Amino acid sequence: MVTWSLNSILCDEKFSLPLSIDGVDRELLIEFLKKMVRIRLVEKKLAAERKAGNIGGPVHLSIGQEAIPVAISSHLRKSDRVFGAHRSHAHVLALGADLGRFFSEILGRDTGLSRGMGGSMHLQDLENGFYGSVPIVAGSVPLAAGAALAAKLDKSGDVAIAYLGDGAVEEGVVHETMNFASAHNVPVVFVVENNMFASHMHISERQPLMATSRFADANAIKYHLVDGNDVLAVSDAMADLVASARKDSRPGFLEAITYRWLGHVDWREDIDVGVNRSAEDLIAWKKRDPITRLDTAMINGNCHSPSWRVDFERLTMLEIDDTWDISSKDPFPAPEATLSRVYYDGAS
Amino acid sequence: MSRLNYGTALLSGFRWLMRNHPEVFVIGQGLWSPWYVGNSMTDLDKEFGRERVIDSPVSESSITGVAVGAALSGKKPIIVHPRMDFMLYSMDAIVNQAAKWRHMMGGGASVPLTIRAIVNRGGEQGAQHSQALHSWFAHIPGLRVVMPASVSDARDLLIASVLSQDPVVFIDDRWLYSQECEVGPVDKPLNLNEEGPKVIRKGKDITLIASSYSVVLAKKAADKLSKFDVDAEVIDVRVLSPLKTTVILQSVKKTGRALCVDGGWATCGFSSEILALLVEGLNPSVWKAAPKRLTLPFAPAPSSSALEAEYYPDDDDVVEIVMKIFDKNSR
Repeated sequence: MVTWSLNSILCDEKFSLPLSIDGVDRELLIEFLKKMVRIRLVEKKLAAERKAGNIGGPVHLSIGQEAIPVAISSHLRKSDRVFGAHRSHAHVLALGADLGRFFSEILGRDTGLSRGMGGSMHLQDLENGFYGSVPIVAGSVPLAAGAALAAKLDKSGDVAIAYLGDGAVEEGVVHETMNFASAHNVPVVFVVENNMFASHMHISERQPLMATSRFADANAIKYHLVDGNDVLAVSDAMADLVASARKDSRPGFLEAITYRWLGHVDWREDIDVGVNRSAEDLIAWKKRDPITRLDTAMINGNCHSPSWRVDFERLTMLEIDDTWDISSKDPFPAPEATLSRVYYDGAS
Repeated sequence: MSRLNYGTALLSGFRWLMRNHPEVFVIGQGLWSPWYVGNSMTDLDKEFGRERVIDSPVSESSITGVAVGAALSGKKPIIVHPRMDFMLYSMDAIVNQAAKWRHMMGGGASVPLTIRAIVNRGGEQGAQHSQALHSWFAHIPGLRVVMPASVSDARDLLIASVLSQDPVVFIDDRWLYSQECEVGPVDKPLNLNEEGPKVIRKGKDITLIASSYSVVLAKKAADKLSKFDVDAEVIDVRVLSPLKTTVILQSVKKTGRALCVDGGWATCGFSSEILALLVEGLNPSVWKAAPKRLTLPFAPAPSSSALEAEYYPDDDDVVEIVMKIFDKNSR
């Protein structure tokens, strides 16, 4: 009998060990590692700039969770439709968003991904299939199912991705959407990044059971419950679910267990805020760093030298700092943008 | 020309849209057995297939969000809510997502979605089967709010709403369904951006401003008022938001008197907006009498037939309040 406990993932030492990379293409490993490192450095930059007062609005960072969007995005094509939420920087970056346009959006500039109208919590990058992220918890989940329904009606074979967290699973609309997607064969993959916290509250304080994939089971949706800090495990699970969605128009549900190193919002660790978040937990989870586990495995497997990451990080930081400086000088939207973007074609 | 009633006019609008626009599909509850919606959607599933006419689970919140997502993906969906009361489960999809998406994403994405909401009152159905909440939606920038009163508008404004690039809340009232009229074929679809209030009866003494079923009351009242030497002008608002103000202001400037008849409540309601528009937009010297409004009593709809009969205004109530404005007795 399934107990819907996470003990097998949370309590096993093996999830701190280097990944098993036997038989995996080296180029793919390098790509995964580069993308994860780049996303982490971008978010560290945002943490520093927010702390320094250079970003006006809140930033919800996902440092520690990079493996999930990197693995998910590796199975998507440009015509797929991806929807996110308040913590979606990594989702859009993993799809290949232009860094300059991303930074400009964070800074509210006209050159930004959402023309400076959205900021960190309302990102859109249609060129790369990122339809949008919104901060109403679970708000974009039915939209993803609708985008998938449109793909089904068009027989395009495209799929939609609904990124959500373990907190969003407590919203009724998620259950309505899973029911509909399953009953009507809608090719949407629900990706639950279960980092065990909704803002400050641990999942054990909010739900009777820890594994949210129990709801997929209840709706006859195929699911995989994986270690979200193992980029290869997430990738394998996603490959299976995307194949079912494209070929058989069936929904899928991927639950990836992970942990965010920072608090709900901005740059602090917030170890004193959570009901069940301690300094010890944070130290333990940093040992399960998705980047170090892949990097160490690659060093052990002679895929690259120990100095590779140092060099790559140095070069990437130069790119990030330069790009940030350029975005910081970009223009703000013109004053008329507030009224001209309400209705199509500036109409009223 | 063909003789249509309001319900079959809606049906002909659906059929025109689905024949001419493959990107249009319909989703909502009861669509494979559409007795909830009068004769306005009969046999659409048989003509266009159940892939394009989707009878949904009992999930207003999700299904409205699904329609928003499909609208972002090249479709022009129509989500049908057979009763506006039940649609309140879907407020996030309508107010937070559909209405704001274009603006917060920088103007590059459209949500060409039509939300058909039906007002279905009377018949001792009570407080949760009766509400007319157009004022709520007219409060939200990003939504277009359409309330057709005439048979031809039922068809033509439905078509214009669905072809609009913006999310539209299209509200029809079942009390209108039996109205009949000769209607010509769909010529060139209307551009919703250009549609707005219309003078449907010319008069010189007072302007009656109404939408949806209230237009029927205003027209009947205007006919009765002529017997008392009151020549009433009637304006059918048609598109409540964004509200085009010129026709309304010009009419009241001419008549110097105004009554807004509205099927909702007064407090913070659409009638408040009309009166505010008139007070702000006209010189005080225009007024021959203070503007008035006739709305529902500020109470939920009662179920009991005795209370219900008093609750909903009729054309005699309109006549009575106009006669008070003129300080005449209508009895």
